[in-house]
Amino acid sequence: MGLLTLSSPHTHNQNSTQHMMQMVILATLPGFVVSTWLFGFGTLINITLAIVVALGCEAAILVVRKRPVGFFLNDYSIVLTAVLLGLALPPLAPWWITVIATFFAVVFGKHLYGGLGNNPFNPAMLGYALVLVSFPVEMTTNWASSIIATDVTASFSDTLSIIFAGASSDAWTGATALDSYKHLITNATAAEIAQQPEFSGFLNAGWAWVNLAYLVGGLWLVWRRIISWHIPLSMLVALSLCSLIIGWDADMYTPLSLHLLSGATMLGAFFIATDPVSASTTTRGKLIYGAGIGVFVYVIRTWGAYPDAVAFAVLLMNLAVPFIDAYTQPRTYGHNKAKRGLYQKQPK
Amino acid sequence: MTQMIRLHDIHGGIHPAENKRQSTQTAIQVAPIPNELILPLHQHIGAAAIPCVNVGERVLKGQCIAHADGFVSVPLHAPTSGTIVDIEARPVPHASGLSETCMVLQCDGQDEWQAHPSLLEQKNVSLVEQLKPADILTFLAQSGIAGLGGAGFPTAIKLHTGNYPIDTLILNGAECEPYITADDMLMRERADEVVAGGEILLHVLQCARALIGVEDNKPEAIAALEQAVIDAHLSHKIQVVSIPTKYPSGGEKQLIQILTGKEVPSGGIPAHIGIVCQNVATASAIYRAVVHGEPLIHRITTLTGDACQQPSNWQVLLGTPIDYLLTLAGYQAQQPERVIMGGPMMGFALPHLQLPVIKTSNCILAPKAKELPLNEYATACIRCGQCTQVCPAELLPQQLYWFSKTQELDKVEQHNVFDCIECGACSYVCPSHIPLVQYYRFAKGAIREERAAQEKALRAKERFEQRLARQEQELAEKEAKRKARAEAAATAQKAKQADLAEPASAPASSVDDTLEKLNKQLAASQAAVQKTKEKLAAAQADPEQADKIPALEAALEKVTSKLKSIAMELAAAKKAAAASTTTTGDSDKGDPNSPERLRKKWETAQLRLQTAEQRLAEAMEQQLDTVSALQTGVEKQRERVNDALAAYQASQTETQSDVANSPDNHELEKKILAQQDRVAKAEERLTMARESGLDTVDALAMGLQKQRDKLAQLEQQRVASSTPEGV
Repeated sequence: MGLLTLSSPHTHNQNSTQHMMQMVILATLPGFVVSTWLFGFGTLINITLAIVVALGCEAAILVVRKRPVGFFLNDYSIVLTAVLLGLALPPLAPWWITVIATFFAVVFGKHLYGGLGNNPFNPAMLGYALVLVSFPVEMTTNWASSIIATDVTASFSDTLSIIFAGASSDAWTGATALDSYKHLITNATAAEIAQQPEFSGFLNAGWAWVNLAYLVGGLWLVWRRIISWHIPLSMLVALSLCSLIIGWDADMYTPLSLHLLSGATMLGAFFIATDPVSASTTTRGKLIYGAGIGVFVYVIRTWGAYPDAVAFAVLLMNLAVPFIDAYTQPRTYGHNKAKRGLYQKQPK
Repeated sequence: MTQMIRLHDIHGGIHPAENKRQSTQTAIQVAPIPNELILPLHQHIGAAAIPCVNVGERVLKGQCIAHADGFVSVPLHAPTSGTIVDIEARPVPHASGLSETCMVLQCDGQDEWQAHPSLLEQKNVSLVEQLKPADILTFLAQSGIAGLGGAGFPTAIKLHTGNYPIDTLILNGAECEPYITADDMLMRERADEVVAGGEILLHVLQCARALIGVEDNKPEAIAALEQAVIDAHLSHKIQVVSIPTKYPSGGEKQLIQILTGKEVPSGGIPAHIGIVCQNVATASAIYRAVVHGEPLIHRITTLTGDACQQPSNWQVLLGTPIDYLLTLAGYQAQQPERVIMGGPMMGFALPHLQLPVIKTSNCILAPKAKELPLNEYATACIRCGQCTQVCPAELLPQQLYWFSKTQELDKVEQHNVFDCIECGACSYVCPSHIPLVQYYRFAKGAIREERAAQEKALRAKERFEQRLARQEQELAEKEAKRKARAEAAATAQKAKQADLAEPASAPASSVDDTLEKLNKQLAASQAAVQKTKEKLAAAQADPEQADKIPALEAALEKVTSKLKSIAMELAAAKKAAAASTTTTGDSDKGDPNSPERLRKKWETAQLRLQTAEQRLAEAMEQQLDTVSALQTGVEKQRERVNDALAAYQASQTETQSDVANSPDNHELEKKILAQQDRVAKAEERLTMARESGLDTVDALAMGLQKQRDKLAQLEQQRVASSTPEGV
């Protein structure tokens, strides 16, 4: 008597949410390493700070929500949010930018909606968008210059004093490639811009290497089946098509190479847009969702006031997810066609 | 085998560790006879069998000890000789953990067979092809054969495909569940039986092609089957197809999709697309029944899992207790103890081991905690969509989960929860360890309950409305009769008065005569009025005739009043005439036995039969408990259709004979007899309905009345025709 009676299936592939989150964090490593090597220690400090703040905020709000703290902290989801935020923020942004963004992401972006799995928006991007809109100066002037352009990056202690003590960062910072190209192209040709030190030689620019490193990490995730290929591919294809069709003239618009390999393109495509909680879940829906992000990224980068657009594009498409999901249901086995659209009660 | 068939892929699927090698190291062994066999009366889908031997009676091996209850049911046979010592409720191996009535057989160890002539011997033929398919079906039903693959659907019913022509028979040897090797070993060692069973099935279904689908992780089984097909000279009919190993390719719907590319329509059965699917073990059992006369009394069961020291396959008598069986495989109880009947994906954990092997027990899995770790705590769904990617039915498991959790049952249904085959692939890959299948089972159960309640309410409403309509109709009929009577009386009264007024004229023989007469009177009276008016006018104009005016005025008054009364009388008569014509028309239309009506009735009955059949198919597909009730309903409806058709045909011949004006006495006699039969049947049905308190009592009573009317009519006809002509 007293045998274990549990419902089928009695076996499992031993995957877990925790494992998936850890894998994604691991996959950011190439991008992080290259970024630290080329742009200095700012990212490392940002990530560390974001993780500490995120864990603290999550623990506090779990206590307030009367949930087991250890059980939920253990799923690594908040660590991933903090890592992505740390990677996305300007490396030399003052510490309070990171703190505010992280706090907002954890408390407002995640837990006020009910915690993991219930948030309609990507928490990291929500935090990012908040500080970008609220503190545009700090968010656009604190991008570190590449070691390729300046031959040396700020030392660890210098970086600490810039971030925490408000020391002047002018010697180490510059505008992002997307930003400067957008400004320069208004009164220079593409050939002239190419003469600028930060654009000299395509792969000499730091941002291209960082993006390629994220691409490698992302492809590894796809290969390990932690993420599916649909969202990254459709986003990159949509962005490329927009750039080829609208912005083919490099003397007027930012060229395709810069779109794909600068800014947060690869980080966004493989690590941010693929956040499963806030993305579309059907196969067809993922393609539409990714393509939508690609189009918005292009539109905002080209005609918007902000130099980069991944955060806004992702948040805008997050809004559309319930609608996309409702209209992209697959055809079930044995049915002639898919039941699409919003649920309507059948007339009896 | 020469002809290659194109395989199709199924959506999703998973590749769990196979764990099949452990139990295929030794040949199938025959399990010894235990002291006691526990034989549940309900080992299949449908109604439980009914015991036909008493406690204390000695039974022989193969003797029928419980007969089928209705169409969707299978009988039970004694697996060995011995004494029935109990018929009582015992725990049975079912996920519900409930007890059901079981027959307990005390084995005497002699294993003494009852005479069991094969169907070939019974029909005195030498080849299966010489048997009638219907005879084989009956014999299979009598032999207690139910699907051995998992669900335990009565085989004879599955083979009874009605009007659907079958072009492909599929023998399911995929055995995609991890650990289970019962079919694998059967195909390796008894491939000839499987192929012979397939041949019988082809003959029963009058079908030209059979495909045996086997996963490519069983090369020995495939080789053995191919050899058996060649040996049986059936290469032109039966083809062994190796399919890629992927769970759940052995699901009936999935295997059909893989082998043919066709999909079984939602809510339908494979026969709807010309396919019948049978498990290979069932095919072997069919062969043993038809050719050797053995009813289904044993099956092959895999005993496996790391808690068994000698994982192996056994030929087990049905009813053998599982604890007895596990000792044969060197079972060592673990802590915590866990034993699963079936495989790790779809099997269910047994509450204890004092349970018998039944017709559907293909595997007893006793794992150690290390090989099948207990599930971790479920964490929040992160909508990763891995479940969607592996679902073989292309459902959205994650949406189903959210809606089931919040009990939004209409949305769960909208998302096709009833197309879920509960294969467990979604739960297997869920990184949040959510027991998804359990949520769907809950939702399905809740929806079924809701539907049953709705149906009940709907029926009650219908009954109420019918009753109201009936009452109204009765009232209306009464009222019409009353009016008709009153008018008839009024007409008679008038006619009488008219007769009195004009005794010379012939009494109005008909309504028409009355009308004519009244018309004439009216015209005369009108003329008189006109004349009097003219006279009056003249008198008024001429002062000399002024003294005549009062008399003329009185005369005018008199003729005017007469005109009025005649006009009124005429109106009444017209009304009566109109009423009488309508009544005749009504009675003509209302004749329940008019051919037009009967044809309509027949058509309605056919429609109802179709609906009923569809609902039955759905219920069978979803394995609802209502199957047997629906089956009875379908049979009754079929009877009704036949009755209606007969009635219609009879009425047609009647009409024809009427037209020909030469009623054939012999034909009439026959018709009367048939009608008497129908009346008797209707009476019987009504009594039955009354006894069981069905809602159909009223309808049946009405039907009976109609049948009786018809009989009376026919008898009248006989009287009329037997009267010599011209008299």
